[in-house]
Amino acid sequence: MTSAIVISARDNVATALEALESGHTIRAGDTTVRIIEAIPRGHKVALRPIAAGAAVVKYGSAIGTASRDIAAGAHVHTHNVASSRGRGDLGVRGHVADPANAGGRTSDPGAPRIAEPPDQEAS
Amino acid sequence: MTSDREFLGYRRGDGRIGVRNHVLVVPTVICSAVVAERIAAAIAPTGTALPHLAGCGQLGPDLSLTHETLAAYCRHPNVGAVVVVALGCEQVVAQHLVDAARSAGKPAQIVSIQGEGGTLRATAKGIDVARSFAGELARTERVSCPASSLIVSVKCGGSDYTSGLSSNPAVGRVADRVVDLGGAVVLGEIAEIMGAEHLLAARAANPGTAAQLLRIVNRVEVEAAALGLDIRGTQPSPGNIRGGLTTIEEKSLGATHKAGERTRLEDVVGYAAPVTARGLTVMDTPGLDVESVTGMVGGGAQIVLFTTGLGTPTGNPIAPVLKITGNARTAETMADNIDLDVSGVMREAESLDSAADRLFDAMLAACSGELTTAERLGHREFAIHRRNPTI
Repeated sequence: MTSAIVISARDNVATALEALESGHTIRAGDTTVRIIEAIPRGHKVALRPIAAGAAVVKYGSAIGTASRDIAAGAHVHTHNVASSRGRGDLGVRGHVADPANAGGRTSDPGAPRIAEPPDQEAS
Repeated sequence: MTSDREFLGYRRGDGRIGVRNHVLVVPTVICSAVVAERIAAAIAPTGTALPHLAGCGQLGPDLSLTHETLAAYCRHPNVGAVVVVALGCEQVVAQHLVDAARSAGKPAQIVSIQGEGGTLRATAKGIDVARSFAGELARTERVSCPASSLIVSVKCGGSDYTSGLSSNPAVGRVADRVVDLGGAVVLGEIAEIMGAEHLLAARAANPGTAAQLLRIVNRVEVEAAALGLDIRGTQPSPGNIRGGLTTIEEKSLGATHKAGERTRLEDVVGYAAPVTARGLTVMDTPGLDVESVTGMVGGGAQIVLFTTGLGTPTGNPIAPVLKITGNARTAETMADNIDLDVSGVMREAESLDSAADRLFDAMLAACSGELTTAERLGHREFAIHRRNPTI
C-alpha cells in the first residue's frame, strides 16, 4: 500500500494514508519526496516547493493559497494555507468568478431563502 | 423476487413510491410536540413524530417554510397516514397539513389539545386515531418497484480525509447508477459546494441552471461576508480540520464527489421544495446536517446515503439514512452507527466499483424494509431551517 495518495496529476500535495515521520522518503504517485516534518495521518504533504501566494492544488483544483513559502516534504495545513472563500473577515464581498454571480440579488444577503426567485423559476 | 433494479416498496394513491409505511404524528407548533411524541411512541415503530421548535412567532418566509416543510412530510410517500396535533391558537394551520396528506391519498385527522381539553385527553384521543390508522396500514403490502422511482439524497457529515477519497466517490458511483436507471439524486449544503461550484456548473443541463447554482453559492458567501466573519469558524468544522481538511474548497471538492462524476445537473430548487427532475438536483439547504437532511427528505427523497469520516449518529423521522464510512477506525469504534464500511478502498483492498456495488445493494435492501442503524437506534432528528428571529 502506498503511504500517501495523489489524486490528480496536477496536484502539488499528497494525502498521508498513515502518519509519516520526518526524514523518511516516500513515493506518492509519480513523485518521490523526503518528509521534513511529521505529517499526521489524513493530513497533506507538499510534493514540491509551493511559493507564498501560489495555489495549493488537490483533486486537480485549487483548495487555497500558500500563505508562506512551503518546502517540499512539509506539512500543508491551516498554518500555511489560506482559503480564499467565505472570508468576511477580510471584507471580501462574495466571490465573483462568473458574470452570473455579479447580477441581481447578490447585494441582498437578507433576501429570504424560500422566496429566492431563481428557485421558483426552477420548479 | 426483485432484480438488481427493483425493490419492494409501497405504491401510494398519488402514484408515488414509498420505502416506509409510517403513521406520521405532526405537531403544528412546539407547544404540541410532547403530545405528538407520546402518541407516536404508543404505536412505535410504525408511529413517528416530527417534533420541532417552530409554528408560532414566525413571520413571512419562516412561517411559510415551516408550513411547507410540514406539509411536504404529510404528502411524503414514506408516510401512510397522518395525525396532526394542534394546540388551537398557533399560526400553523392544522387543516393545511391534513389537506396536504389527503391530497396525496392518505387518511389524516386533527387532534386539538385545546379542543380535547388538555394533555391527557388529547394524548388518549390521538393514540386511538393513530392505532386505527396503523391497523389500516398493516394491510398495505410491499410490491415490486423500479429503482427509477427513487429520489436519493446524498449527504456527508463529520467528514475527514477518507470522505473525499473513498465514501463520497463510492456514493457518487451509486448516484450515477441511480440516474442511469432513470432515478433522481438530490444534493444540498450550498456552503459545501463553495470551491467546487465550477465543476457542478460545468455539468449543468443548460446555462440558466448553471447561473442559478452560482447565484445561490454566491448568496451564501455574501451572507457570511455580511456578518464580517471568516466562514472557517464553521467550514471546515474543528473536527474536519483535525481530520486533515484545511479549507472549505478542499472539503467541497471532496464533498461534491458524492453527487456522481458524470450526471447532468438538471435543476436547482429551494429548501424542502419538490424534487421533480430525474437526474441531479441541487437543493438550497444549509450545511448543518439535520436541517439539510430534513429539507431533502421534504423534497421527496425516500432514502439518504450519508457518508461520514469521524462518525455521526443522526437519522430522520420518515426516511432511512444509511451511514457509510471510509475510516476503518470509525467503522470499529462507532460500529453502532455505521451501516457500510468502505475503508478497504483506503487500503487498496477493495475497488471503488466494488464498494459502490455493495452500497447499491444495501440501498435497495434498506428500501425494501431492512432497518438502518439509525432506525434501529431510534435516531429521528428533524430540524426545519429558519432564517429570521422569533418574534
